[in-house]
Amino acid sequence: MTSAARLRYRRVVNGAMFGATGACTVAIAGVLLFILFYLFVNGARRIDLAFFTELPTPVGEPGGGMANAIVGSAKILALATVIGVPVGFLGGVYLAEYGSRGFAFAVRYTTDLLNGVPSIVIGIFAYTLIVLKAKHFSTLAGGVALGIMMIPIAVRSTEEFLRAVPSGLREGALALGTPKWRMLATVVVPAAKDGIITGIMLNLARVAGETAPLLFTSFSNRFWSPGLDQPTASLPVMIYTYAVSPYDDWHRQAWAAGFVLLLFILLINLGARVILRRRVAGGGRS
Amino acid sequence: MSGAPAGPPPRDARASRGGARAFAQRLVSGDEAARLVVTVASGAILLVTALLVFELWTNSGLSREKFGLRFLVTQTWDPNAGVFGALPFAYGTVVTSFLSLLIAVPVGVGAAIFLSEMAPPKLSDALTFCIELLAAVPSVIYGLLGVFVMMPLIKAHLAPGLRAALGWTPLFQGPFYGVSFLAAGIVLAVMILPFIVSVSRQVLLAVPPEQREGALALGATKWETTWRVVVPYARRGITGSVFLALARALGETMAVTMVVGNAPQIKASLLAPGYSIAAVIANEFTEATSDLYVHALIELGLVLFALTIVINGVARLLVLSTSRHAGSPA
Repeated sequence: MTSAARLRYRRVVNGAMFGATGACTVAIAGVLLFILFYLFVNGARRIDLAFFTELPTPVGEPGGGMANAIVGSAKILALATVIGVPVGFLGGVYLAEYGSRGFAFAVRYTTDLLNGVPSIVIGIFAYTLIVLKAKHFSTLAGGVALGIMMIPIAVRSTEEFLRAVPSGLREGALALGTPKWRMLATVVVPAAKDGIITGIMLNLARVAGETAPLLFTSFSNRFWSPGLDQPTASLPVMIYTYAVSPYDDWHRQAWAAGFVLLLFILLINLGARVILRRRVAGGGRS
Repeated sequence: MSGAPAGPPPRDARASRGGARAFAQRLVSGDEAARLVVTVASGAILLVTALLVFELWTNSGLSREKFGLRFLVTQTWDPNAGVFGALPFAYGTVVTSFLSLLIAVPVGVGAAIFLSEMAPPKLSDALTFCIELLAAVPSVIYGLLGVFVMMPLIKAHLAPGLRAALGWTPLFQGPFYGVSFLAAGIVLAVMILPFIVSVSRQVLLAVPPEQREGALALGATKWETTWRVVVPYARRGITGSVFLALARALGETMAVTMVVGNAPQIKASLLAPGYSIAAVIANEFTEATSDLYVHALIELGLVLFALTIVINGVARLLVLSTSRHAGSPA
């Protein structure tokens, strides 16, 4: 009798904890749905063609858009990719294919360390490196800041996907007399291509929303910013300045910009996952 | 593959580090060039990181020399008088970070347990996907929602409730304007949750299945197995995930800047506005007029850097030790 009651109690606890932990999970996932829903409701209906084609209007004048910020963000991200991805990719190749003992340990350790540095500190670094010397804010400084942020993830994802390539492929190529570099360039890297591209996409999505490192590197600009040598507007910084401003018009623009930015980031994330899934499925078949 | 015309027949063993000529030959063949290129790129990573530390150190020199350790324990932050004491910022960073852990750790670990142990696999996959996407939402968007959605909600519902129930403690006294330690802590909690969940879940999944099977075979329920066997096994890794999240919270800038209130003061009440290290850098960096001012802000960056390095290091050790320990049979 008591043992039956005890068993019932244990089953109740089991069920209750299933419910409690499940509730935690659903609450977190719910936050995502809430964010998506809210940004969609508040942002999407404020988007019009002008948002993508016009410059911001002065305070009090309705309308206008964020064309310069969109172009600015694109330039900063392109620059960051050009700076961060090659270094990170080659570093990843080193760790996966060449690395040994001391130096590889140092590289891996430093990469982890760099990955943990708060983004605002990276911003300070780019500031001292470029803005302080040039004596003005610039697109270049923003690109360098985000580029540095891309390095550690690029290293990690490249290394991971290269390591996943079966060693039989390497041995086969080497057995045919192929030099190592050729083996890497024509066999191993192509085999890991999908994964590496996915890594770059996710990396890009991650830095696309970064605001803190841009505040005092690329700064902001109400107008177009030709070239790389002038301060430029960018979507994340615009969202920030507009959100903390006291004007309703600007708040509406901030929602619209937030929606566009989030949509961009989530689409990249989804795209990356689709590629990865296809790759996994393909790998299973062969 | 059509062979390798440029490949040097006498490889490694015979031409081993023989001399400059052998090296030149291999360089031409491409193998040594490739090694050189990837090694230089790796060296560049070391160099960039070293340069980062160097720049932070030299560009905070004025402030370090003038204030020494007093920088961290004095409260006066007066750019006009050239007096800089960072205690209110450090206080705000610590309070908001720990508040966020207080909220996020139970929920996050609970969710990780659900995802790895309790949920049916398909449901688990779908929810994991949602939570991973949450990690991709940029900080400034959390700030945006924090300002326009969460703060009004706290003001209307949570703050009056807290004050009614816990108003007798110093933690929930005084007027509430919306911007506050509390708001910053809640936003931070949401932001670090995905990290706690995903790292804890991985650590839990790394626990060998024999552990579970043993407990279940003895008649333990699913929950008893999880709580008495699996979670203790993964304890260190879960602690590691908490440290990782803490490092994130300490360095988090935009969302905190937007909801913490940016008032350099030390108040016991969580309903009062405050400030944080990252927020003051974000707000004042472009306005800093004197060299000393800039150096003081960069020293704050240095402090943040040092803090996150140490905490990340501890976290990595903890996570590594669990997964190695747990992953060995696999």
